[in-house]
Amino acid sequence: MTTFADQQLEDQIAEWRTYVRRRQALYRPDAEELEGHLRHQLAALTEAGLTGDEAFLVAVKRMGSLDELSREFARAHSERLWKQLVITPETEASTQTGRDELFIVLGLAVAAAIAVKLPALFGHWINPSAEFPLFYAKNASLFVFPLLTVYFLWKRGSDRVRGLWFAMAFAAAAVLANVFPFPSGSETEMLTALHLPIALWLIVGFAYAGGRWFDDGGRMNFVRFSGELAIYYVLIALGGFVAILFTFMMFRAIGMNPGWFVAGWLIPCGAAGAVLIGSWLVEAKQSVIENMAPVLTRLFTPLFTLLFLAFLATMAWTGNPINVRREVLIGFDLLLAVVVGLVLYAASARDPQAPPDFFDGLQLALVVSALVIDGVALYAIAARISEFGFTPNRVAALGENIILLVNLTWSAWLYARFLGHRSSFAVLERWQMAYLPVFSAWAAVVVLVFPPLFGYR
Amino acid sequence: MDVAKDLVAASSTPLVLAILAEGESYGYAIIKRVAELSGGHLQWTDGMLYPVLHRLERQGYVAAKWDASETGRRRKYYRITEEGQAELTAQRQQWKAVDDTLRGIWMGESTV
Repeated sequence: MTTFADQQLEDQIAEWRTYVRRRQALYRPDAEELEGHLRHQLAALTEAGLTGDEAFLVAVKRMGSLDELSREFARAHSERLWKQLVITPETEASTQTGRDELFIVLGLAVAAAIAVKLPALFGHWINPSAEFPLFYAKNASLFVFPLLTVYFLWKRGSDRVRGLWFAMAFAAAAVLANVFPFPSGSETEMLTALHLPIALWLIVGFAYAGGRWFDDGGRMNFVRFSGELAIYYVLIALGGFVAILFTFMMFRAIGMNPGWFVAGWLIPCGAAGAVLIGSWLVEAKQSVIENMAPVLTRLFTPLFTLLFLAFLATMAWTGNPINVRREVLIGFDLLLAVVVGLVLYAASARDPQAPPDFFDGLQLALVVSALVIDGVALYAIAARISEFGFTPNRVAALGENIILLVNLTWSAWLYARFLGHRSSFAVLERWQMAYLPVFSAWAAVVVLVFPPLFGYR
Repeated sequence: MDVAKDLVAASSTPLVLAILAEGESYGYAIIKRVAELSGGHLQWTDGMLYPVLHRLERQGYVAAKWDASETGRRRKYYRITEEGQAELTAQRQQWKAVDDTLRGIWMGESTV
């Protein structure tokens, strides 16, 4: 096979090559092999007296239809239609950085596992037979998120100044969470444990966006990343659970009890390391595999809409009021959080330019029915909240409910306008993106202000 | 006369194996050899040879390696393996059985 002096012919070959490369079933070496054939054919044809153009037409025609060809290739290599995540990179350069990244991620995962075990040196033990120490619950995000931030700082090539700011934020959070004099069984300490990860996740987001946070695209990518990470984490956890079952089965068979190892080492170290491994997998797969979170959204939006409508209909039909027990508010908070999640991930997979379709109508029905349910619940709770008293838990839950309610009310309004062709979907997306820091800000308020405000009780 | 598509497809494996049994070769040369042997009756679209070669490679009947060609670009060369030889022998017997049967009936016809 030859390289041709005729530049136009070379251009045509290059164009043909990009066409071939677009086929999923055809890998780079296959394209190279086919191109070799094409060039050989072209050389023979031009030698026989055809012009470059004529030769190209004949050679491509003889090669046959690319559709048929890639179908045959797919039949010969059936695995190629299943996208592989742990793929071997195609070029030498990407192999090198890919290997560097793997080592860095493994190093950081091990560092996270060690970070979890360090407090044990200072007397914080995890004992399988005693209650789980709140110290670990409170600091869980501090063991892992800084290392995850380091990974993204490395990956995005961010400068040191930015890294320093992040380090200071983490250090401040670590100090505050641990110097507050919580008495044992303190409600505000529990709230800190629950809200610190939400507040700190924003820092991970800044690192993830690598300076593009204020582009809506940067934030949306972080939302996508978070959803995929959650899914990968659950999958890894399932695998870990199976490993734990086998650990118990095997060691008990030889008369040993591995409980101390599983509870003290395997679960905490695995849970910490899995965040980094999961993040790396999500980063690696971005372009390889379809995002899962939007698929789940498509599945569950109709289900939840039906569920809400059925609930409202039942309530209207029977006239049963909501039985306000003490923690019912938290349940409705979670419900709204799920709906916000569904809206967010539906938006993450949507082409903002596309016109409104049936699914958008369904989303509006979902949001409105959720709002009505939450309104009914809030009305019932408000009537009795003074009776229960304003404990830290209840104030936090009420605050969250209001934040989610504001988000969804405005989303419903924007959805309605979008469905009525009076506004674009991008407006809704911008609203959701602009709202993201509010969640973390409220979480930060709960962590920073609530303990002193309520006297650490 | 063009040979029907199904028949072309069915004969591709023994034909490619037989050509490779003559010695190591590569795609373009194999196609040229097929055209030469069939006198143009077997019409292959050139591209279709490659999936066949890849399938044979997977089945272990041929082995492939990338090597430099006379023009300096890389080229993928194929050669037949021992299993390929065995498969060729088996296919040869099957084709002979088909051929004998058809011959038997057509000889009879021509004498009638």
